[in-house]
Amino acid sequence: MSAESNVRTLTIDGEEISARADQTILEAAREHKLAIPTLCHLDGLSEVGACRMCLVEVKGARRLLPACVTRVEEGMEVTTHNPKIDRYRTMILELFFAERNHICSICVANGNCELQSLALTLGMTHVEIPYQYPQLPVDASHPRFTVDHNRCVLCTRCVRVCSEIEGANTWGVMGRGAQSLVITDLKEPWGESETCTSCGKCVQVCPTGALFEKDRAGSKVRKQPDFLPYLRIMREGEQ
Amino acid sequence: MPLYAERPPLPSEDKRWRIVNGTMRKHGYSRNALIETLHTVQSSFGYLDEPAIKFVVRSLRVPLSQAYGVVTFYHFFSLKPPGKHTCTVCTGTACYIKGAQKLVAEAEKRLHIRTGETTPDGEVSLATVRCVGDCGRAPVVLFDGELSAQMEAPRLAAQLERWTTQ
Amino acid sequence: MNVEELQQIAAQAQEERDKFDYEVNVCMGTSCLSQHSDRIRDAIAKEAESCGKKCHVRRTGCMGPCAAGPMVLVEPAGTQYGHVREGDAKDIVSALGGDPVARLDPRLGSYFEGQHFVVLENVGHIDPEKVDEYVARGGYEALLKVLTEMTPAQVIEQISKSGLRGRGGGGYPTGLKWDTVAKVKGAQKYVICNGDEGDPGAFMDRSVLESDPQRVIEGMAIAAYAIGATKGYVYVRAEYPLAVQRLTVALREARRRGFLGNAICETTFSFDIDIRLGAGAFVCGEETALIASIEGKRGTPRPRPPYPAVSGLWGDPTLINNVETFANVPPIIRHGGEWFSSMGTARSKGTKVFALTGKIQRTGLVEVPMGMTLRQIIFGIGGGVPDGRKFKAVQTGGPSGGCLPEEHLDLSISYDALISAGSMMGSGGMIVMDDTSCMVSVARFFMEFCMTESCGKCVPCRAGTVQMYNLLTKICKGEATRRDLDQLTELCEVVGATSLCGLGQTAPNPVLSTLRYFRHEYLAHIDEKRCPAGVCECSPAVEVHA
Repeated sequence: MSAESNVRTLTIDGEEISARADQTILEAAREHKLAIPTLCHLDGLSEVGACRMCLVEVKGARRLLPACVTRVEEGMEVTTHNPKIDRYRTMILELFFAERNHICSICVANGNCELQSLALTLGMTHVEIPYQYPQLPVDASHPRFTVDHNRCVLCTRCVRVCSEIEGANTWGVMGRGAQSLVITDLKEPWGESETCTSCGKCVQVCPTGALFEKDRAGSKVRKQPDFLPYLRIMREGEQ
Repeated sequence: MPLYAERPPLPSEDKRWRIVNGTMRKHGYSRNALIETLHTVQSSFGYLDEPAIKFVVRSLRVPLSQAYGVVTFYHFFSLKPPGKHTCTVCTGTACYIKGAQKLVAEAEKRLHIRTGETTPDGEVSLATVRCVGDCGRAPVVLFDGELSAQMEAPRLAAQLERWTTQ
Repeated sequence: MNVEELQQIAAQAQEERDKFDYEVNVCMGTSCLSQHSDRIRDAIAKEAESCGKKCHVRRTGCMGPCAAGPMVLVEPAGTQYGHVREGDAKDIVSALGGDPVARLDPRLGSYFEGQHFVVLENVGHIDPEKVDEYVARGGYEALLKVLTEMTPAQVIEQISKSGLRGRGGGGYPTGLKWDTVAKVKGAQKYVICNGDEGDPGAFMDRSVLESDPQRVIEGMAIAAYAIGATKGYVYVRAEYPLAVQRLTVALREARRRGFLGNAICETTFSFDIDIRLGAGAFVCGEETALIASIEGKRGTPRPRPPYPAVSGLWGDPTLINNVETFANVPPIIRHGGEWFSSMGTARSKGTKVFALTGKIQRTGLVEVPMGMTLRQIIFGIGGGVPDGRKFKAVQTGGPSGGCLPEEHLDLSISYDALISAGSMMGSGGMIVMDDTSCMVSVARFFMEFCMTESCGKCVPCRAGTVQMYNLLTKICKGEATRRDLDQLTELCEVVGATSLCGLGQTAPNPVLSTLRYFRHEYLAHIDEKRCPAGVCECSPAVEVHA
């Protein structure tokens, strides 16, 4: 196959760009410094297309498409921002804030939270949707880490990193619908988990204050998820 | 012994474990057989407790978290032992239009429990189900799995009365 | 197995039949069986034996009019009896060859008028557990024909020509779907039959699996040949134990006769089917969720593409069709695609099975040609609304569908007409409501359903359905404002446009359709704190005048 057939030309927000055929709209856009908001996506992890923040309009498509899983195609015309998409994103963000207890001022991740920065980026100044205020547990049984379900957005980054990178499969999702919770093993206290290696990757990839290190708070909570692409590359090199 | 190092022994002498093991063997102890195996456990024991789940996941080499995720995702699986009797009210659309919610209220009132609970003496469990497919004769209630159609509150109350006063 | 042998089986079955002067067919579908129709059958058999009449008493699947059950059909006279009890056995047997037992008249009126049986052609006539009885009525002729006379491409051509569209709700052209999977390269391909009839209020798939399981098996085998698959799965709800049992027996019987297994009908084609049980999750009707469930995982959908046709079960190309879709395949092959496309409307061909329930005189399963009007079905076949009440709405399409008011009663049923009216075909549930139903409460009922059935993966569906449910509850309680109604409308738009799978995308439909046709009921709750039907807590029950 010639190198040429691997290249796709498309426009994103009117800008003509080239991308590899195996790239997603999100990858192509980011390579060209075009911003598409994301939450569940993380470089180095598989895609789930669950947060719906990266929905974009593709000319000719019946529905909005998630940029994180949609492959580029020749001649594609992508719109990442317009009043309708922005309105949808803001409302989805409001749904995130309202479903659990996201109160930035008292959160360990205040200032270092991806949900918070999305709100700033999208100009979400207040939440009109009524807060649900669920009563959710905080598990501090692990010697180094804490999980506070009140701040979880169910992005499943912890589940994916634990399975795909660490290989421990300690994290999972239980229940369904609004009753979904991330769990360790058979919903046992994290500190008693038979499978957890205490590697801490889940904490580093968590976008909010749901998973945090006990001895760090406030400005020190800044997370370091950049190790993922490195680990991927190193593993692929082994094969 | 490291986790999952070898296939675990049957949890007890109980013959039902052999049935469970039979399902897993039929599927070559494949991970894909998780739901099929859980069905066998549930139908053999009436519910899924922690030792049972652990036995299954170790035999099939499924992560604990994944098994718990599956068990709690599907409404058919129960983590609690059922009562001696089970009253299941169908809350499908046809039953709803024909007043299923009144039947649920009646059962809750008679048994002094909420849907999804079992009476403290362990006699009767109350559940709802999303359509059993006898919509033509709605509303429908299952008493210990036996279907009773065109149900009315007094008839429901009488059956619960028979169970609770036995 | 070859044509002669197939004919021989049919001839033997016919010979067996000819030994008897009469046939008494007793419905033993879920509904009649729950009224102990098995005992009725035994009683009739015993009675027939004792009086020496040459009478074959047969167990059959669902005959349709469930509300008149237990049903009995006497042949060759074609007499139907309804509400039969064990004690009626003597009278039924002595009436053989004479006048029917008048008091057992099921009073079905025009129930069968205008019905046309394709999918249900065998119901009431065969024992679902006996493969030979299916063969005697033309069963497996189609499979033999495709294996010996047709190329896979020719099979797909006939299916395309027939105009058959997916009966599970989406209405995707079946021929096109088959063609796509056939063209994908893959050493291993799968055929899956979606029997996860999750739409509450629909029971045609249960009925077909209970009454005529061989038809579904034959349809799947034909599909497997057409696309190049060797392995199939039927995914059935665990809530349907009888369907599972009948299907298990049917698979065993089909293998025994060589219609499944290796080298089917002396050809190089091999195919076998396994059953997988659902476990109570509506979302598993969505094809990617169903696949996850067969793989033993949580039934959460994933974004498409890739479609299952390309990457399905265990990453292999997979064809998924619904029970009723497969059940249509053998007659299409037997009579040709053109025969099928001569029935129905321009873009919706053939017949459709509906489960007619709710506030209606004659409930049950009906099969009608596409294009029949809602009025013909509800008032003709169904006999209209009972108890002198007034028709208010008919709900089709289940939790993804909508409620249509009186002014749409003359709508001819087709996929497209229902969608443009704000509802959808769905799997074929048709629930009639009278003026005692509050449409806001009905919308709330469906939203509660979607909320608890949401898998929780994507946020619009997971959190949006909760918010919409709360708003609908507020309206029902008479505590809502016009602003709440605006927010509800906006949530409908966002959840519908941004959810990952069909469940979330269609979850707003019951709200949108009731807002479209019954807005005044919403406004009465909001502005006047009054429930016009007298159902909701916001008002004391008021008498509705018919």
